[in-house]
Amino acid sequence: MLDVQSIDCFYGAAQVLRSLSLRLEAGEILCLLGRNGAGKTTALKAIMGLVRVRSGHIVLDGVDLTKLAAHDVPRHGIGYVPQGRRLFSELTVLENLKIGLMTRNAGPEVLDHVLTVFPILKDRLKQQSGTLSGGEQQMLAMARALCVNPKLLLLDEPTEGLSPAMIARIRQSVLDLKDHGVTVILVEQRVDAVLPVATRVAFVENGRVTATMSVEELGRNRHAIDKYVGIGG
Amino acid sequence: MSFLPHLLLAVLEGTVAAAVLALSALGLSLVFGVMRVVNVAHGEFFMLGAMLAWWTAKMMPGGPFAGFIAAFIVAPAAVGALAFLTERLLLRRINYDPEATIVATIGLLFVIQQMALTFFGADAKPVAAPFSYRIVFPWFGYSGYKLFVVVASGAVLLGVWWVLSRTRFGLIMRVTQFDRETATAFGIPVNTVYSVVFVAGAALVAVAAVLIVPIQQAHYLMGLDPLLMSFIVVIIGGLGSIKGSVIAAFMIGMTDGVISVFFSPTLASIISTLAVAFVLVVRPQGLFGAETR
Repeated sequence: MLDVQSIDCFYGAAQVLRSLSLRLEAGEILCLLGRNGAGKTTALKAIMGLVRVRSGHIVLDGVDLTKLAAHDVPRHGIGYVPQGRRLFSELTVLENLKIGLMTRNAGPEVLDHVLTVFPILKDRLKQQSGTLSGGEQQMLAMARALCVNPKLLLLDEPTEGLSPAMIARIRQSVLDLKDHGVTVILVEQRVDAVLPVATRVAFVENGRVTATMSVEELGRNRHAIDKYVGIGG
Repeated sequence: MSFLPHLLLAVLEGTVAAAVLALSALGLSLVFGVMRVVNVAHGEFFMLGAMLAWWTAKMMPGGPFAGFIAAFIVAPAAVGALAFLTERLLLRRINYDPEATIVATIGLLFVIQQMALTFFGADAKPVAAPFSYRIVFPWFGYSGYKLFVVVASGAVLLGVWWVLSRTRFGLIMRVTQFDRETATAFGIPVNTVYSVVFVAGAALVAVAAVLIVPIQQAHYLMGLDPLLMSFIVVIIGGLGSIKGSVIAAFMIGMTDGVISVFFSPTLASIISTLAVAFVLVVRPQGLFGAETR
């Protein structure tokens, strides 16, 4: 479904991704694990077209995303939940969701479906999104991305700064997405947040994927967590 | 004339100045708010609008009214077309870099100014008002056209508000203003939005020029004053805040009108400058400035 082929990305003169490669099959939940600055967020941004790929290709269902303008990438069915949520906090909940709907001209049935996944938002549609609690904002960020009606969803640290109860709800939401056939790339630093939801884990170090393994393998190979992530095991 | 009639006259003059200033500042505020571009050539778009209004009115047969209607179409369209070329050929090429765009638009300012001098000459150009109707108060008579300027400006401001708050494009503009990267991640073609906003900002200031030119005359050096006043309004109102720009325009325009009538225009300018300094010290983001990423 998604084939990231040896991509290089730079911020100015600094190389951030070095021949990073990934393969993802439909319906998978792939988790990118790695230390701060390893290149996980940049990898997601590169897939979204928000960071220019200097060499290599990113192919989604036969379409080379690196040949597209950045604003055309989400129209091929990619939803994005950025780190820190980045809601349009002065807009209402409904306006934030409308932005997601507009991406692929999704109809009201998509909004209805999203509101059944996140029913808490139904009562808050006219509320300014910046006034929601942290957990509710995270749900809105995910709901906005789902309004794109994506086949691939990119989640960048969705549990960051949330309470254990809210982390459990977000985790359940990701599992629900899997049941609905959405393919997910999840960036996390907390291994405990990943293991219950991921099907496969890729370790990112210095801008490359240094190892990939199934969650079952990871469970049997705990020293990999210490080696690539350092903490959080 | 006793105090109250004098005050009424000052308020009327202030309202006319405020209405036109609100239009001019709104254009600058839109461009800065959405694109983060400080358009130093904004005043020259105003001047060019006024010059084109004079030229169109002169060329158009059928009297001042027909000339005014034609100018109302031609001047914003021509200034908008120039803005489109500027955005495509100048601002986009330097990737809207804040510092580079200041330098580039300073250069554009001189180019437009000297082109206007070359093609239209250095004389002030009078333009007849589209109609002459005098409202007679018990103490003095007042130009009906000036009140029309207030009504027309108000209508345009309402139209802009409607577009920004009630339409799909308005939502897209606000989203782009708030967070360009996230907007892109949701399929918004940010560069196209920038083009539309830059053209709209220039067309708005050209509309202001067409409205004011029967009162003020067109001249190739007339762009500086509206540029400075627009900056004052945008800084006080809050960079990028449409509501703030309109409210600040009425504060500054009214202060300017009243102080100029009762004291002197110089004192009015001093007070406006002090107001900017006060706002920058106390609330640097302006009275209604919004947080942006």
